[in-house]
Amino acid sequence: MSILKKALTTAALATALMAQSAMAENVKIALVVKALGIGFFEAANKGAEEAAKELGDVDIIYTGPTDTTAEGQIEVINSLIAQGVNAIAISANDPDAVAPTLQKAMERGITVISWDSGVAKEGRQMHLNPSSSALIGNTIIKLAADHMPEGGDVAILSATSTSTNQNVWIEEAKKVLPNYPGINLVAVVYGDDLADKSYREAQGLIATYPNLKAIIAPTTVGILAASQAVTDAGLIGKINVTGLGLPSEMAGAVESGATESFAIWNPIDLGYAATMISYNLVKGTAKAEPGAEIPMGRMGAAKLDDNNEAAMSDPFTYDKSNIEQFKSIF
Amino acid sequence: MSAPATPPAATTASTTGRILPNRLQSPLARALRSWEALLLVVFVLVFAINSFASPYFLNAWNLSDATFNFTEKAMIAFAMAMLIIAGEIDLSVASIIALASTAMGLAMTAGAGVPVLVLVGLGTGLLCGVVNGVLVARMGLPSIVVTIGTMSLFRGISYIILGDQAFTGYPKGFGYFGQGYVWWVFSFELVLFAVLAVAFYLLLHKSTFGRAVYAIGNNATAAQFSGIRVARVRFLLFLLTGLMSGVAAVCLTSRLGSTRPSIATGMELEVVTMVVLGGISILGGSGTIPGVVLAALIMGLVTFGFGLLNVPGIVMSIFLGLLLISVIAVPRLLRRK
Repeated sequence: MSILKKALTTAALATALMAQSAMAENVKIALVVKALGIGFFEAANKGAEEAAKELGDVDIIYTGPTDTTAEGQIEVINSLIAQGVNAIAISANDPDAVAPTLQKAMERGITVISWDSGVAKEGRQMHLNPSSSALIGNTIIKLAADHMPEGGDVAILSATSTSTNQNVWIEEAKKVLPNYPGINLVAVVYGDDLADKSYREAQGLIATYPNLKAIIAPTTVGILAASQAVTDAGLIGKINVTGLGLPSEMAGAVESGATESFAIWNPIDLGYAATMISYNLVKGTAKAEPGAEIPMGRMGAAKLDDNNEAAMSDPFTYDKSNIEQFKSIF
Repeated sequence: MSAPATPPAATTASTTGRILPNRLQSPLARALRSWEALLLVVFVLVFAINSFASPYFLNAWNLSDATFNFTEKAMIAFAMAMLIIAGEIDLSVASIIALASTAMGLAMTAGAGVPVLVLVGLGTGLLCGVVNGVLVARMGLPSIVVTIGTMSLFRGISYIILGDQAFTGYPKGFGYFGQGYVWWVFSFELVLFAVLAVAFYLLLHKSTFGRAVYAIGNNATAAQFSGIRVARVRFLLFLLTGLMSGVAAVCLTSRLGSTRPSIATGMELEVVTMVVLGGISILGGSGTIPGVVLAALIMGLVTFGFGLLNVPGIVMSIFLGLLLISVIAVPRLLRRK
């Protein structure tokens, strides 16, 4: 009896699911994420659905493994190949391990792109980075300059002195400094991405440079610690803390005013852009080759470099107007 | 004087080839009420429902792709089944894969060819099996504690060697084990799975070694006193499990074309699930290889079928959990009547 009951429930479940997946001749784009149940990726799915609505003839299949494993993603990819989806847009758990399976997908005529977390070159047609070092470098200076109409001193609180990402961004930021007259970079200090050390470094900056108008921290640990240090020193409104942070962690600082605004990639835009690119590659309106420009709807166009990689946009700016919406997402 | 005369009579009867019955039922009735029969019903049901639910299911190539969901795990599950029947367990199998894969990566960097890579993979697996075997069989430590320890140890070594790096660029010919096809849709892994299924069937059900495994699982002390070298059998079982993990490591590394220390994370639990679903008593002493084969097929098809319908992975886990509990509960309920 128990077997019968099980069979019936399974059959009911299966039919219900089938009815959902049976659709007309739409373009099927699979958004494969690192694991289900992560706010960042749920937000990307929102963006993908937005793109699908705009395009009209697109079905989004939002899927991924339960744990962030490459093996789990391979099982998912195999089932997507079997369903004959038109495109797979993946944020990979492992750039190399998923490549052979994705190659198989491409051999069977499926468009494959990676976004957020890339796949080795042979396993995808193109990769969409959320941003580029040059754009990040420019954004962090711009964020500070926006709230300093008369100019003044700024300092950078970075992660470790050997952090590749941060060093490249700071290098790029220094390059664009001449474009912002009146902005004077007085120091670069390192908090080693440790909350307490970052806090002490920020205190040091406040004490050493009495005319300091802004602290720029291109690291989520640093920006949080610096905004705390400014709050504790009672200097809200005098020193603005900005840089790269997570909306969920920074909501308090934005509400108190210690941080006027900060930036990080917007997962909604990322899912939207990945869907738009996949659609254009499936429809043949664009080709993934070095130098190509692939339209991304409201996000403009993705320009491919020699590695078939593209940067989506400037990091997205978060301030009092949108922090409420994003703090629950990631 | 008649009482002591009985045991020798029984011994002579068994040595002349007559098999002592495990249960006092006719073979047919036993087969119909067996775990394997129940699994077969579940398998047919899963297959039928999948065929109705998705138009993509009944396609030779798609089904062939689906077999990769379970082949590597099943290879280890065969050896694990014997280990669990003997009353032991090995939770370090997934970590053995990580270490064996890392060793193959090191060999590859040193310029080893395909045959050497395979030998390194199998050899590392065997060596890990020796470590487990010595600690459990020779030193008499409980296997669950030992293998929880070696689980961290083996994968830890991989992490020390690789950190956040990966070995890539395995030679072209190496890809055959995980991506090659012997004939038409029959992949190398699928054929190897079938061959190993037969080999393990013969080893467990048709050899004295297999009988010794059951004897130890039912009562190790009694087995010891009937002349079975319990420690040696246990040691060999750990060797076998290590070796099969090495085989799985070769296949998985070849399929992924790369090695990262996180390879096969969590696979030990899937292997144990497969074994238990296959009707191997977790307390030891009973179960069959055909049961494990069916469990592997069911798990593979359920995963693939749900994947085709884009059911989120967590629903799959819930379903497998329910399947596991019901398959274990049903025979027990039937027996109680």
